[in-house]
Amino acid sequence: MEPILNVKNLTMKFGGLTALDSIDISIKQGEIAALIGPNGAGKTTFFNCITSIYEPTEGNIQITPPGQPTESLNGLKPNIVTEKGLARTFQNIRLFHGMTVLENVMIGRHCRLNSGILGAMLQPKSQQREEQKAVDDSYKILEKIGLDQYVNEMAINLPYGAQRRLEIARALATDPFLLLLDEPAAGMNPQETKELDDLIIWLRDNENVSILLIEHDMKLVMSLSDNIHVVDYGKKIAEGTADEIKNNPLVIKAYLGDDAEDA
Amino acid sequence: MITKNEIKQSFFLSIWTIILTFPLMVVKVNTIKNIVIFRWWNILYVAVGAFFASLAWNYFLRRKNEGKKTKDSIPVVHRLLQNHKFRLPFLATIGVIALIYPFVTPMYHTSIMISALVYVVLGLGLNIVVGLAGLLDLGYVFFYAIGAYAYALLNLHYGVSFWVVLPLSALLGALFGTLLGYPVLRLRGDYLAIVTLGFGEIIRIVLENWVDFSNGPRGIGNIPGPSSFGIELNQHQSVIYIYFIIITICLVTIFFVQRLENSRIGRAWIALRDDEIACQAMGIDKTKTKLTAFALGATWAGLAGVIFAAKTSYINPMSFTIWESITILCVVVIGGMGSAIGVIAGALVLILLPEYLRAVAEYRMLVFGALQVIVMVFKPEGLIEAVRKTYKYEKNKE
Amino acid sequence: MRWLNIIIGTAIAGVLAFFAAKEIINDPVYFLELFLGGLTRGSIYALIAVGYTMVYGIIELINFAHGEIYMIGSYTALIVASVLGLYGYNQVVIVILAFVFAIAYSCAYGFTVEKIAYLPLRNAPRLSALISAIGMSLFLQNYVMLAQTPEYLPFPELIPELAIWEPYAHIITAPEMIIIVTTVIVTALLGMLIKFTRMGKAMRASSQDKIMSALVGINVNKVVSTTFIVGSATAAIGGVLIASHVGQINFFIGFLAGIKAFVAAVLGGIGSIPGAVLGSLVLGWTESFFTGYFWSEYEDVCAFTFLVLILIFRPSGILGRKETKKV
Repeated sequence: MEPILNVKNLTMKFGGLTALDSIDISIKQGEIAALIGPNGAGKTTFFNCITSIYEPTEGNIQITPPGQPTESLNGLKPNIVTEKGLARTFQNIRLFHGMTVLENVMIGRHCRLNSGILGAMLQPKSQQREEQKAVDDSYKILEKIGLDQYVNEMAINLPYGAQRRLEIARALATDPFLLLLDEPAAGMNPQETKELDDLIIWLRDNENVSILLIEHDMKLVMSLSDNIHVVDYGKKIAEGTADEIKNNPLVIKAYLGDDAEDA
Repeated sequence: MITKNEIKQSFFLSIWTIILTFPLMVVKVNTIKNIVIFRWWNILYVAVGAFFASLAWNYFLRRKNEGKKTKDSIPVVHRLLQNHKFRLPFLATIGVIALIYPFVTPMYHTSIMISALVYVVLGLGLNIVVGLAGLLDLGYVFFYAIGAYAYALLNLHYGVSFWVVLPLSALLGALFGTLLGYPVLRLRGDYLAIVTLGFGEIIRIVLENWVDFSNGPRGIGNIPGPSSFGIELNQHQSVIYIYFIIITICLVTIFFVQRLENSRIGRAWIALRDDEIACQAMGIDKTKTKLTAFALGATWAGLAGVIFAAKTSYINPMSFTIWESITILCVVVIGGMGSAIGVIAGALVLILLPEYLRAVAEYRMLVFGALQVIVMVFKPEGLIEAVRKTYKYEKNKE
Repeated sequence: MRWLNIIIGTAIAGVLAFFAAKEIINDPVYFLELFLGGLTRGSIYALIAVGYTMVYGIIELINFAHGEIYMIGSYTALIVASVLGLYGYNQVVIVILAFVFAIAYSCAYGFTVEKIAYLPLRNAPRLSALISAIGMSLFLQNYVMLAQTPEYLPFPELIPELAIWEPYAHIITAPEMIIIVTTVIVTALLGMLIKFTRMGKAMRASSQDKIMSALVGINVNKVVSTTFIVGSATAAIGGVLIASHVGQINFFIGFLAGIKAFVAAVLGGIGSIPGAVLGSLVLGWTESFFTGYFWSEYEDVCAFTFLVLILIFRPSGILGRKETKKV
């Protein structure tokens, strides 16, 4: 079967700095994959490239949504990429502060709704129905993620862990087939991390999404991931299951430095 | 309350202000008549003013920094509107006042109220652009001028009536909004401010210099009021007539703007304002969203322009300077960005107050400027904060 | 896209070159006059534009009140000159004191404006700071208008015509010459300040990364204050020079000059001092030739149209770098 995301030879240069150097990564349907690497290895840049926030210097990004033909994401606008079914969260939480929790999720529904200016002003029956359905759908998503007690709170007033979960809820609302989570556990306490672990597995099993996550919490990565990709200095240095990665000398070297071999 | 240190600080600040304002406040030169006047008393005013201003500044800054936790206070107006017991009587009172206002007050007051209501429409329009979509438009007057000149010129040359031009000007506003918006909306926020300011100035200069087209600085006079379908109206009656037209347009504006604000489009605007990158990553087309905000904002300005021309019966380019744009911006900013009720209140207060307090009218722009800074520093959400709609959802429907 | 840009650019340059060549042959003296007029104009813009560009480089804010600082500088000079003139002081003393006071007061105002309107908003959304800046500009204009007069006032000729310059005065007058020379000296000094002094280094560091600079022990607030002071000082010099050259001032002059200087700064690439100077000269020449050969009523339209075109086709300016957004 075709991988749902197939990235070939992805290179990103900022002036003289090569942030990503011919990276190949592919994600299979139903997989939880992790992208790990030391700080500054280029992980977030990778996300930015495949979601078209940056325009990569070189490389091919192809997607094959389940049951649909393969297509290329190169040169598309970020919003089109999301429409095609790739949704992401951000490392430094980027919620819409001027809106309620429910509205934040409804923003995620945006690209699946149709009402335009006239629809909004005149509010015909079809538009009202669509709007009510968006509200209900968003509410259901919040229920699944476990945020339903906050529905009408302003997003900015949520506790930190809940904000991270809201980002996931918002991304989920775009009906993605692949979720890209950028350090979802950053700043969470062990209890919250545990819940996140359960949530991610639940999402994969029940929501028909595959997941690619960037994470520094190795315990979380090792317990969750079916497949782990390791990058260092913009180059991909290893790929494999948790056990393979744990014992890979290149990975140990990247994380601990050259001295590790002597020790 | 106020610490000793703050008093000391305010004292030094007051001395600093005396030094700072000395040449401009104390000495007054007139190089035409070659006289120099010294106004020594001003030192005292400045000193006392600066001292108390500094105390107040420190006090409010401290309160703002401490008071971050109690953020859930909802403005009184919103509480009135949300509470079902008060909602209807409250709106009814306002409705009755609006209805009898022109009959119980002299014509002059009605006329002033019309101006204020024109600003309500303008403010609500600009609120879409600045308050909701977060695009700083300093050339809003461009579209206002388009509406006014469209009516004046179409009427002058072709005798087109008010009622035809009114919808036409809204379309013209939207059209120009789209045309101007398309190239400039890709720009970053601060560049956008300058470019729109440039557009606003360009139209004024063109109107002043292209005499064949616009009659130049002399302007266009004898613009008829709205046609009243054959009924003869005396001057007072026609003012009342315009009053009710503008009231209706205000209501229509409020109605539509409110609906837009809580629609798919409105949410996209706010998302764009709050975080452009996250907004795109959520599948929203940045350019299209900005363009709709810009064009819809311009639509109301076009409408307001026609009413302005019909009301004053005389327009010239001096009505469409950058100061006009900035006044409308003040209405939005001081009233409360993104808050329709705030903008309405802002327009009424900022436009009516200087009209009635003639003595301070010349300080109007000075106060507007100071208020903009103060509001941004202490209460960026404005006079009446925006409150988001709470949605009802059907639990466990399935 | 890139090739298209190059082709269009070359075509425009070609037409301009052809036109210029034709005019030079037709009437070389007129051309030279316009050229030098543009140079003078550009020099003045440069003195204001460097202030914009420096402030923008560090706090990424269009300091809308910068034009007002410039206006206050010229007003202070006018007031000092008038008062001293009343008491019959020597012309040289008047000129020196007018400049000293203009610079001192502009700096003081620049410093104070930053503390009131921008410092409390350092971490607020950009829109808030921008609106605050507009409010400050509005306030200062009206303050000067109310404290002084809304009318135009004649400004004394502080820069004298030099007798030795007389033979060349039909091409370029002595005051114009002085304006150009002053600009060269001031911008050179500024460049040296940024490049060689400790403060200059701190400024460059702060414009790259404020948090990091603070961590390595740079007092960022002090750097920002210094930037405002230096920018205000150059603006004041520009203000006195242009007021003396034009011969009249008004509370409104700062606004338009400010906007045009901003255009120049953007044209050159905002954040870059050589860019600001280059942009100012290009704008000065464009305006000078445009008004000289086409319509003089549309001088300001020319500047604004120019701005719109640059921002659309080359938002990073002539010498500016393309910026990458941080995610």
